[in-house]
Amino acid sequence: MVRCYEDFSVGEVVEAGPVLVTADAIKAFAAQFDPQPMHLHGGAPDAILGGLFASGMHTVCLNMRLLVDGFLRDTSSMGSPGVDEVRYLAPVRAGDSLTMRLEVTGLRPSASRADLGFLRFTSEMRNGSGTPVLRITATLIFARREADGATGTP
Amino acid sequence: MNFFEDHVIGARVGIGSHTFTADAIKAFAVQFDPQPFHLDEAAAARSHFGGLVASGWHTAAICLRLLVEDRHRRQAELRRRGEAVARTGPSPGLRNLQWPRPVRAGDTIAYAHEVVELRLLADRGDVGLRVARNTGTNQKGELVYSVLTSTFIERREKQG
Repeated sequence: MVRCYEDFSVGEVVEAGPVLVTADAIKAFAAQFDPQPMHLHGGAPDAILGGLFASGMHTVCLNMRLLVDGFLRDTSSMGSPGVDEVRYLAPVRAGDSLTMRLEVTGLRPSASRADLGFLRFTSEMRNGSGTPVLRITATLIFARREADGATGTP
Repeated sequence: MNFFEDHVIGARVGIGSHTFTADAIKAFAVQFDPQPFHLDEAAAARSHFGGLVASGWHTAAICLRLLVEDRHRRQAELRRRGEAVARTGPSPGLRNLQWPRPVRAGDTIAYAHEVVELRLLADRGDVGLRVARNTGTNQKGELVYSVLTSTFIERREKQG
């Protein structure tokens, strides 16, 4: 059963993870998308923040993965128009095990499209010690159930 | 564009272009955003997108790489000339990120960086805060990505 816009409610909480962040994964992401010393091999001696830590974008991408695995699978997800805010709260280090907690904070039908609606959420990722490392406030688009016929879904 | 004082509001620079192949779109999606319209041409064709589209975070991650590479090129040039290179702080995050249109397989996105705000900080005399808008535009001139970033940048003339 595919969950549609009508099936969500404000206050709904989803938890997902954990996902283990290895040194190899940190370096591999950095080599592809954020080739700075502190993400590639552990930084320079005069670095503001010492040691190897994950690119903030890597943590964001892991949050996306947990969002799909824990929330978006088997929904009428149509993507996202954007993100209000991403906050990097603490560095993510090799060996950290991250969990995500998402809360639905708003639902509103589209004013211009009767077949879809917008869902606002805040998700927070924490490491194994319970320290928040990332907070995201964003919007998702879901098809409405009434639109099922129009899209040809049996 | 090295120390905080060197930055000018409104200054806009191109930081490079990137072509999103279907293979790269799918490889990113398998790892980080396994939704049908990012993973599989046939499923994507049946979706409201009508074809394979890149994860928005893929579009954002490529922007990050081009920004880092652009900064490294400028820093290497400063070092070659024997000039000091300003330190920049870790990013506190991103704001007002928008994906107004999808990035499709084969699209070439031109990214740019524009300074929108320069702020001195009451509690820190050694750095200033630069707010910039990074954008991505496809080959038809349509905006596909926009984000505001804040960066702490070392001041040439330190106060306090």
